[in-house]
Amino acid sequence: MKFRTMAIAAASAAAMVAGAGFATVAAAYEYTVPNLVYRTGPYAPNGIPLANGFIDYMNMLNERDGGIDGVKVNVIECETGYNTKVSVECYENLKNEGESGALIFNPHSTGVTYALIPKATADEIPILSMGYGRTSAADGTVFPYIFNFPATYWSQASVFVKYVGAKEGGMDNLKGKKIALVYHNSAYGKEPIKTLEVLAEKYGFELMLLPVDHPGQEQKATWLQVRRGKPDWVFMWGWGVMNQVAIKEAAAIRFPMDHFIGVWWSGSENDVAPAGDAADGYLAGTMHAPGRDFGAIKDIITHVYDKGNGGGDLDRVGEVLYNRGMLEAIFTAQAIRNAVKIHGTKEINGKQLRDGLEVLTVTEESLSADGLSNFMKPFKVTCEDHEGAGLIAIQQWNAKDQKWVLVSDWIEPMTDIVRGLVKEDAGAFAKENNITPRSCS
Amino acid sequence: MLYRETGQFKTSYQSDQALFTITQDRFLVGAILAVAVFLIPFGINDYWSKSILLPFLVFALISLGLNILVGYCGQISLGTGGFMAVGAYSCYKIMTSFPELNLIVVIVLAGLCAAGVGVLFGLPSLRIKGFYLAVATLAAQFFLVWMFNKVPWFYNYEMSQITAPPREVFGVLVTSAEASPAAQYLFMLGFVIVFTWIAMNLVRGRVGRSWMAIRDRDIAAELMGVRPLQTKLTAFAVSSFYVGMGGALVFTIWLGTVEVTETFDILQSSFFVLFAIIIGGLGSILGSFLGAAFMTLMPVVLKVLLVDVVGVIPVTAKHIEFILVGSLIIIFLINEPHGMARMWGIAKEKMRLWPFPY
Amino acid sequence: MDFLYELLVQPFADMIFEPLFFIETVVKGLMAGVLYSLVALGFVLIFKASGVFNFAQGTMALFAALTLTGLMEKLDLGMPHWMLVILCLALTVVVMIVLAVVVERFVLRPLVNQELIILFMATLGLSYVLEGVGDLAWGSDVKVLDLGLPEGVWDIGGVFVEQLDVIAAVAAGGMVAVLAVFFSKTRIGRALRAVADDHQAALSVGISLQQIWVIVWSVAGLVALVAGVMWGSKSGVQFSLSLIALKALPVLILGGFTSIPGAIIGGLIIGVGEKVAEVFWYHIHGGAVENWFAYMLALVFLMFRPQGLFGDKIIERV
Repeated sequence: MKFRTMAIAAASAAAMVAGAGFATVAAAYEYTVPNLVYRTGPYAPNGIPLANGFIDYMNMLNERDGGIDGVKVNVIECETGYNTKVSVECYENLKNEGESGALIFNPHSTGVTYALIPKATADEIPILSMGYGRTSAADGTVFPYIFNFPATYWSQASVFVKYVGAKEGGMDNLKGKKIALVYHNSAYGKEPIKTLEVLAEKYGFELMLLPVDHPGQEQKATWLQVRRGKPDWVFMWGWGVMNQVAIKEAAAIRFPMDHFIGVWWSGSENDVAPAGDAADGYLAGTMHAPGRDFGAIKDIITHVYDKGNGGGDLDRVGEVLYNRGMLEAIFTAQAIRNAVKIHGTKEINGKQLRDGLEVLTVTEESLSADGLSNFMKPFKVTCEDHEGAGLIAIQQWNAKDQKWVLVSDWIEPMTDIVRGLVKEDAGAFAKENNITPRSCS
Repeated sequence: MLYRETGQFKTSYQSDQALFTITQDRFLVGAILAVAVFLIPFGINDYWSKSILLPFLVFALISLGLNILVGYCGQISLGTGGFMAVGAYSCYKIMTSFPELNLIVVIVLAGLCAAGVGVLFGLPSLRIKGFYLAVATLAAQFFLVWMFNKVPWFYNYEMSQITAPPREVFGVLVTSAEASPAAQYLFMLGFVIVFTWIAMNLVRGRVGRSWMAIRDRDIAAELMGVRPLQTKLTAFAVSSFYVGMGGALVFTIWLGTVEVTETFDILQSSFFVLFAIIIGGLGSILGSFLGAAFMTLMPVVLKVLLVDVVGVIPVTAKHIEFILVGSLIIIFLINEPHGMARMWGIAKEKMRLWPFPY
Repeated sequence: MDFLYELLVQPFADMIFEPLFFIETVVKGLMAGVLYSLVALGFVLIFKASGVFNFAQGTMALFAALTLTGLMEKLDLGMPHWMLVILCLALTVVVMIVLAVVVERFVLRPLVNQELIILFMATLGLSYVLEGVGDLAWGSDVKVLDLGLPEGVWDIGGVFVEQLDVIAAVAAGGMVAVLAVFFSKTRIGRALRAVADDHQAALSVGISLQQIWVIVWSVAGLVALVAGVMWGSKSGVQFSLSLIALKALPVLILGGFTSIPGAIIGGLIIGVGEKVAEVFWYHIHGGAVENWFAYMLALVFLMFRPQGLFGDKIIERV
């Protein structure tokens, strides 16, 4: 009896799976925009605002404008738990979803981005790894479907050095200074090392490398090294629990917070909260402004939250990572508009959206039209340059008012150096994988 | 009725020593193989290949490897992820150093590398037993993952995330994203079939019997003349060989790219495979397959059921999935601690009597 | 040659010529060790009494801390902070006791007399359930745990000591003392020791195994709460807290699965060992060795004493 019920249950489960796999409801044409999110698992605290910003903006477009140019956007979230295997399952499951097929994927993880680069290229679906993923994917001739605008880790590392140079009173004063890099011991954390090494040689500062193993709950030894080595500045490439612990440990050795700069994935409200007042003055890179004083966010509040459709809590709208998720949605929407214009049809597919991404141009006018004046600086994506070399600012945590404030101008990355490194790395990848770089002219 | 052995006489030594002595078994295995080899490749698409069949096959191979160590030789190992990483990274190293080498050879060589490392980390098993050994094998897990992150030689001085370059086997592309799902599936299936066959013969031969002797009572086995040193180390070697090949296949065929910290994470590899063999059945070849199927398919099935059929929002579905997976595991352990292989045995028993159970 | 110099000479020279820094490294190592011991203690309690290698101990710490912060958010109705803290701590203790009862009833009792590895896997299943329930009930955001514990650093002659670490050490010490008294002086404690010695003999003199298990799991729940609070104050309460179990395992094999002093001393050895190795041998390995170094240390140690520092001697009969 027991066996029979189990057999029946298994069979019906299998039948339901099969049925669900093939049952697609025919409806009006929609832009299908999957989003790989992680609202669970070790990185959920960061994944939640990212996902909310994205879905809220798209919902706002659907509510306010009836979608993009009158076509609804259908955001399908797939929960990955920051797991590569599940993400691959999500990708395969969603890539043919809807009439348009998946238009674009946001992997939200360096590991998953790497895993999807060859696949998405073969399937002709663009990947937007906004400010993360593989830096050398900025070379559009080798990675035609991968975009990492507005700026990469390498650009960011160069901006940090420039910022430090400015604070020290000129790039020449960097000579003999010591900069420590505290990084997550993974492909992600190691991204900036090469750039920093090149810059260290050029400007004559000393680079101290301090890896922290995943997950980074325990970093006493790392910060003992900092205490002993007495670096003038500390950069951090951290993620998840590593950020909170690092800030707390830095405070415990009385390292000056305003000489401690985190990558833009180490600079959100989550990261500084557990350290409390001790985190005051901590710096982080950013590609956009924090806060709520933007037309787009006001629209989200009126059209989405006031109607009770918000993805998360209202008081978390405007957090750093929320705004970043929203920015992904804004870029996606603009790319869709571009693609529609280029191809003269509203029914675009992933390949056509790629063309829209490659002419993505952010100007002061387009920003104010999107309700984003002063949110970020203009940049331009081209066929060769998928990074766009956008400007990067430094933001500082103000523990008293519990908010992030921009404290620097928008700084231009050292494009000449970064571009050279990108070309070199992309060339090696092309050679190993027998890719002939396409011509962009 | 359906499954009756009476009247099947073994008239030669050869038939007595066959892998499947019963006609029904032969027929069933033949039918499954026929479907797997001749039918599935025509109906396969990317989703079925990447999300269901490839992970199932590769974890079946890895579970088989771990089952040899845990189920047949009784040495608990939590270092599976580390040995998978050895397979993946040595495979990458060999692939890029000798681009002309056939991928089949490369993967077997990668397995051999893992076997060597496995023997090294198996040495403590001579002194340490039970949970002390289990925790000690975690040293392998953490050390190997750290090493592949740290030593740039292993990833050719690029980023530590390695990507499988395109390779052809018998003129058909099997790695990289352009490879057809059918080719990848058949390549993986070939490995699984051949090495399952080898494992089945291994465990019933002299080597397998000495493993089981050590498992059942190591001191008694030693008194009978089974040498614990060789026996335990061969178990570690063979097991790591399978696990290493599995890691190489994960890297080349299934994912195409590997980030060592994440892909070979302890929870997602070591514990995952241990779950598979315990739920499937310790010391059973069939159990390795059933367990791998259960562990790889259940999350997908639950997700489809909860999200697409019932309509729960994905994040809540994930939480419920966690609870359900955990509860299912506990329920399984309570109801059938000997795993799904035993359930199959009970089912066979029922089929023997059917339709007259009394 | 350089390698040998960096391996064998320089680290020791550094220790001698930078004595203050060496002392600070050792102090920080001891403090980290205390935090490991806190987690390991829970493992030992349960292993001793029920022979279960409870991998869910880390998740229990997460679950307890999540419940505590969640309750503090929900019940923050204007009462004074200290009252809120005490109330929520008490409620969390109740939750952990209920958890112990549930675990005993639905996991341990049906699995009695199973093999150790089956029980171990069942606790892994339990940790999945707890993670799911905790997330579902309290959300997955980072939660700040504010119990009013002192923050900040004491500067003792150039050696920095974190106040929170000192509190953790005091808490751990206090807990061990209480446990020691509990085990040796109370009736239940003696029953616990009897069960740890021999299940069947204990049963035959009328000790209820089920009752003992509930008590042990409750105590382990309390230990988990303390560990969760200490770790959670540092990083915020979040999912990664469940991974602290992995830091406690080498402590466990070093100290022996069945010894409470072993858990403490093992923790201290591991803490100091990994910090000193990470800091003073940095030039050899390039950092981030803490995770595996702890295991290697324990492994090498086990080669000489297979039952751990204070574990029961393994006697084998055929």
